[in-house]
Amino acid sequence: MSLNNKTLQLDEAGRLLHFLTVDGLGREMLTEILDTAEGFTGVSERTIKKVPLCRGKVVANLFFETSTRTRTTFELAAKRLSADVLNLNISASATSKGETLLDTLRNLEAMHVDMFIARHASSGAAHFIAQHADPGVGVINAGDGRHAHPTQAMLDMFTIRRHKGDFVGLRVAIVGDILHSRVARSQILALNSLGVSEVRVVAPCTLLPSDARSLGVHVYHDMEKGVREVDVIIMLRLQRERMQGALLPSEHEYFRLFGLTEQRLALADSQAIVMHPGPINRGVEMDSQVADGSKSVILQQVSYGIAIRMAVISMVIGAQNLRMQEMTP
Amino acid sequence: MDADGVESLVDVMAGKVWTLLNERQINDPLMIGIRTGGVWLAERLHGELGLKEPLGTLDISFYRDDFTRIGMNPEVHPSDLPIPVDDRHIVLIDDVLHTGRTIRAALNEIFDYGRPASIILAALVDRSGRELPIQPDVVGLHPELEQDQHITLIGPDPLGLVIGSKTNRSSRGDDQGTGYESE
Repeated sequence: MSLNNKTLQLDEAGRLLHFLTVDGLGREMLTEILDTAEGFTGVSERTIKKVPLCRGKVVANLFFETSTRTRTTFELAAKRLSADVLNLNISASATSKGETLLDTLRNLEAMHVDMFIARHASSGAAHFIAQHADPGVGVINAGDGRHAHPTQAMLDMFTIRRHKGDFVGLRVAIVGDILHSRVARSQILALNSLGVSEVRVVAPCTLLPSDARSLGVHVYHDMEKGVREVDVIIMLRLQRERMQGALLPSEHEYFRLFGLTEQRLALADSQAIVMHPGPINRGVEMDSQVADGSKSVILQQVSYGIAIRMAVISMVIGAQNLRMQEMTP
Repeated sequence: MDADGVESLVDVMAGKVWTLLNERQINDPLMIGIRTGGVWLAERLHGELGLKEPLGTLDISFYRDDFTRIGMNPEVHPSDLPIPVDDRHIVLIDDVLHTGRTIRAALNEIFDYGRPASIILAALVDRSGRELPIQPDVVGLHPELEQDQHITLIGPDPLGLVIGSKTNRSSRGDDQGTGYESE
């Protein structure tokens, strides 16, 4: 799996042709993404919040699953790079009339789209699109099933690096619904690849995958123990829409056992930061005082998401441009 | 050229910038250096001229006209213009003025921050090979160079100027065939 991810995502020179998963990319590429995003952070504060890098390129947001934050930040990122953006709400579009995914792709390619940003309920959907896309067309995974959400993981890494400076020596706790979370999977891969000293997952047994320990994490079922002395607490959203069967007694019970309160936050390092990929269920995953408190960096995550997505879009479009040049004699 | 040589060129440039600012009756210019060499020079000039406003820095990577040919520069830094440029007089500093493409990119970037009153261009080295109609207002040195020679500012401390032939240069981040100096 790892090898396939590498060969599909990177060309021979190590350039990023698609961004589908953190898996197989290695610390050097992840650091390059973070460094490139650093360069884009100032753009949002200028009079004209745009750079001309991807002028004339067409980016299609291909969302088979609803999303507000991810889709809008991808759209804003592409527009700040001066690309033209197509937003396709596929669930309400041609597929409901019987068109296959490949037909949809071919039609968009006929419109000379340069990049697909895809979200899909099925794991592996972005890989499938990347395998079938025309040469010169880059694909970014904006979330596929339970598999991966690599730009969310990278914006989380960016947020951590901005606050903590480095990854070495950090203890990070990821709390909540690990089982259904593509975000958690991508975060764990990225954190381990970037060299934090410990990744903990804190969750009830019913919300953990059976192979949790093989991901390279320490498993905790007790919230107080799990967050003790950590530098970063990442709360995950309780994915009610993905829950089948009675995995939890009640949301109230979940909050009592795993909700982040000020008392529990006090057990972490005094300089700890609190993150959440959003949207927050207040009173379910965390108290409002914590979400709005001084240690919360949740809204900064959203801002950094634009810089990370600008970085990845520009790197992929740049790499695809080069590949096309090399292919033409 | 060694450090003393370059430092004396910087002194000459500072004098010329000072004269030009006086001629144009500009009291409080904003100085902006273009990464990387232009920033080293701008730091020195900013100090010598005793300018009050903080120094700005530009990284023109997002404004290059060869993105489709070279892809994303992996070593990009954020530009930092701490003071609004609207209606301000700007002194733009670069190390080597060659094709003019760096300056074209820098001008475009500055205008995305606002509408300056004027821009003066000062370069340490003005060499032949212009591809765009861009001329400096202040120059430290006009070297005689062959077409295949390049001149690079090294630094930041001490500064030095090195002349070499293009065949010796590494491929990534190089200006070979792209018209950019000293990335």
